[in-house]
Amino acid sequence: MNAVFDYAAWFASLCFVLAMLIALLRMFLGPAAQDRVIALDTFYLNGMLTLLMLGIRSSSTVYFDMALLIALFGFASTIAFAKFLLRGEVIEP
Amino acid sequence: MNGVELPLWVTIPGSLLLVAAGFLTLTGAIGLLRLPDFFMRMHPPTMGTTLGTGCVLIASMLVSSALDQRPVIHELLITVFVVITAPVTAMLLMRAAVFRARRKSDEAAEADRGAPPG
Repeated sequence: MNAVFDYAAWFASLCFVLAMLIALLRMFLGPAAQDRVIALDTFYLNGMLTLLMLGIRSSSTVYFDMALLIALFGFASTIAFAKFLLRGEVIEP
Repeated sequence: MNGVELPLWVTIPGSLLLVAAGFLTLTGAIGLLRLPDFFMRMHPPTMGTTLGTGCVLIASMLVSSALDQRPVIHELLITVFVVITAPVTAMLLMRAAVFRARRKSDEAAEADRGAPPG
């Protein structure tokens, strides 16, 4: 039965990498700045999921910490971008 | 899987969850690429954010619990974090987009009003 799980893990990894590529394409295409920001958010999240899949497939816990860090930094960067789009400045005096 | 045999109660739900997560995330990304408007494009990636992440993390919990022979639940941290932060980022981005769209239409109206007399 392990072969079935291996195929499922491969399929999920492939889907996440494809989603990352599509988000990258939207980041380059995006007509407005907010399109690029939402594409970057999707890109971050799919990268996090790819790392989690690597962790599942290699049964190592190192990838979990990296995924948590990516989730943290993705959240912070998206908030900073949204604040910049809203006010023209990230940290206001 | 490093030669360790996974039990059946992990293999079947884990495989189903991983396939569902991959399908949902890819669908969300394709929606991000294909929908015509920013306010429409806001919606599809959230499917990957919530359901995709949830499925992958539940599968990860199952697999690491089966391999370690004890309940491993530290993946819940990422789930809680993503579930808390996704609405915040979505709302801030929506507010920024609405603000920018309104400012753009205001500027266009101003230009229209200013053009005929001047």
